[in-house]
Amino acid sequence: MALNTLEFECKCAAPAASVDKPLHFGVVGSGDLEVLMSPAKAGGKVTVKVVTPVTGFDVLWQRVLAAFVENAKLGDVAIEINDNNATPAVVTLRLRQALAEAAA
Amino acid sequence: MKTQKKWDNLATDTAERMAAASQFIGNGKRVEPKDIVGLLEAVIRPGDRVNIEGNNQKQADFLAECLLKVDKSKIHDLHMVQSAVPLAAHLDLFEQGIAKKLDFAFGGPQAGRVAKFIKEGKLELGAIHTYLELFARYFLDLTPKVSLICAFEADREGNLYTGFNTEDTPVIVEATKFRQGIVIAQVNKIVDKLPRVDIPAGWVDAVVESPRPFFVEPLFTRDPALVTNNQILLGMLCLKGIYAEYGVQRINHGIGFLTSAIELMLPTYGEELGLKGKVCTHMILNPHPTMIPAIEEGWVDTIHCFGGELGMEKYVAARPDVFFVGPDGTLRSNRAYAQTAGHYALDMFIGGTLQIDPYGNSSTATANRVAGFGGAPNMGCDPKGRRHVTQSWLKCGQELPSMPEQIGTMPRGKRLVVQGIETFGEGRDPAFVEELDAWQLAKNAGLDLPPVMIYGDDVTHIVTEEGIAYLSRCKDMETRMAAIRAVAGFTPVGINAKPEETRRLRDAKIVMTPEDLGVDRDRATRDMLAAKNIRDLVTWSGGLYEPPARFRNW
Repeated sequence: MALNTLEFECKCAAPAASVDKPLHFGVVGSGDLEVLMSPAKAGGKVTVKVVTPVTGFDVLWQRVLAAFVENAKLGDVAIEINDNNATPAVVTLRLRQALAEAAA
Repeated sequence: MKTQKKWDNLATDTAERMAAASQFIGNGKRVEPKDIVGLLEAVIRPGDRVNIEGNNQKQADFLAECLLKVDKSKIHDLHMVQSAVPLAAHLDLFEQGIAKKLDFAFGGPQAGRVAKFIKEGKLELGAIHTYLELFARYFLDLTPKVSLICAFEADREGNLYTGFNTEDTPVIVEATKFRQGIVIAQVNKIVDKLPRVDIPAGWVDAVVESPRPFFVEPLFTRDPALVTNNQILLGMLCLKGIYAEYGVQRINHGIGFLTSAIELMLPTYGEELGLKGKVCTHMILNPHPTMIPAIEEGWVDTIHCFGGELGMEKYVAARPDVFFVGPDGTLRSNRAYAQTAGHYALDMFIGGTLQIDPYGNSSTATANRVAGFGGAPNMGCDPKGRRHVTQSWLKCGQELPSMPEQIGTMPRGKRLVVQGIETFGEGRDPAFVEELDAWQLAKNAGLDLPPVMIYGDDVTHIVTEEGIAYLSRCKDMETRMAAIRAVAGFTPVGINAKPEETRRLRDAKIVMTPEDLGVDRDRATRDMLAAKNIRDLVTWSGGLYEPPARFRNW
């Protein structure tokens, strides 16, 4: 399975949240993904690296990630996603869950 | 001088055919398997309307295969009128020229070949129906001359026991026999005494003990282990935003995982919302194994079934207060009656789909498969002949701002028709699209209309992970389209949603997000399910549910 790496940067209007330690959530099952988040000094931005077996969804990833970062008011975080064909609904769910884990 | 007009041509014709077939028919109408091809050649004529029993569950598969072996110079250009064509043999008949025309309701695994054969001119399509619509035509303009049906057992006189999987048999036999047609039955076994008589021997012309039991597909078994968090989230939205909101008691659940998730959450989230006794009390439903926990917890008063479900025989027989069980102690399913109840007496139909267009039209049709929709459109519509009132039906009608445009000041109710769907399906195919693939299918297969499962004016609610669009509260098409966009996520339809417009719709309670409804996304986990796998279902049933081998992994 050839894997492709996509890199994105997102910046929300008013970053207010971050993570204070590295965290890991989810598993790379079929239709699912794992999320790694760690604190990063990125000038308020969120950097995202996506490793995925499918191509052709760059714009969709960008939209899903930007909406997540905006809704969570996230800044100064490095996110890594290892994807196995997750739908946008699953991507958003796992990102939210990862963040909830960090807050817990 | 008055000439004597003959009024029994049909019966005379049948008598001639049966005389030719008599050499193959022994005591008790019994025919040996090796003689079935000869029998079919004797009773079927070119151009006849022929029914092979089978829907998406039980199949008269042996008789279908025998029909494939007839001499094509004797039998050709048949007009097949039947619920479904899921077996390879059903389409092989067209490939070989034995059959020419098809009127049906559901294509299943052969849907691709149906489309291909139409295009190649091998198959002339009459129409794609709903089950009830097709059954209706059996009694009007599509009566079969010969029907090849399927039963569990026959006795020595030719009475039939169809039992748990009675399904379509009574309607086919009645239509055929009472227009002087010919009924041939394959049975798994010939016995001395039947548990009960479902079809009297007088309506059956020939019986064959099939070399192997008929094929039956456990189509409605959903393994709780495969229910995802998003399906659970959608289920929670439905329970709080629709079941509780309207107090819906009379329901059909579709075949998908969303409704399985809802069934498995009745004893958990449903209980927490205080819905026991207030929702899901009366259901038109196959014996879904995922209903077991809710039944055991006393949620359900009545369930009538279209068909059976493999492995549920003993459980259903042990719950005669809930299911329709005969004096012999076994279920009698009946698709015609269940669909009738589904059309007229349900307050809500809820199910999934593949695609929804910007107007709310919904279809599972893809560009190269003529699949049909079985019974879904029959239940997923507002029955205009309904006159009795229930609270949820009335409430939904009262919400409808467009009603006065149609009937002035006259009050009326409306069926809730709910489409639950994640914004993207498998392979990241968007569920909300500018144009349904049904249009392309219509073009590819030369159909008069794009096959639509549920028309937009019948859909009252669309549920996605983004929230619920209450289309029943939309005053015009513009509002409806805006509400659909608002729950369509990152799909090509959803990205046109405008935040300020969505805000207004949320304020008007036309769109409700999980947050608006007070549904906590973080609780949408598998902990919500009353049973987490098939084994849990067996435990809930007290060992009465006997899942087929393929669902056993312990």
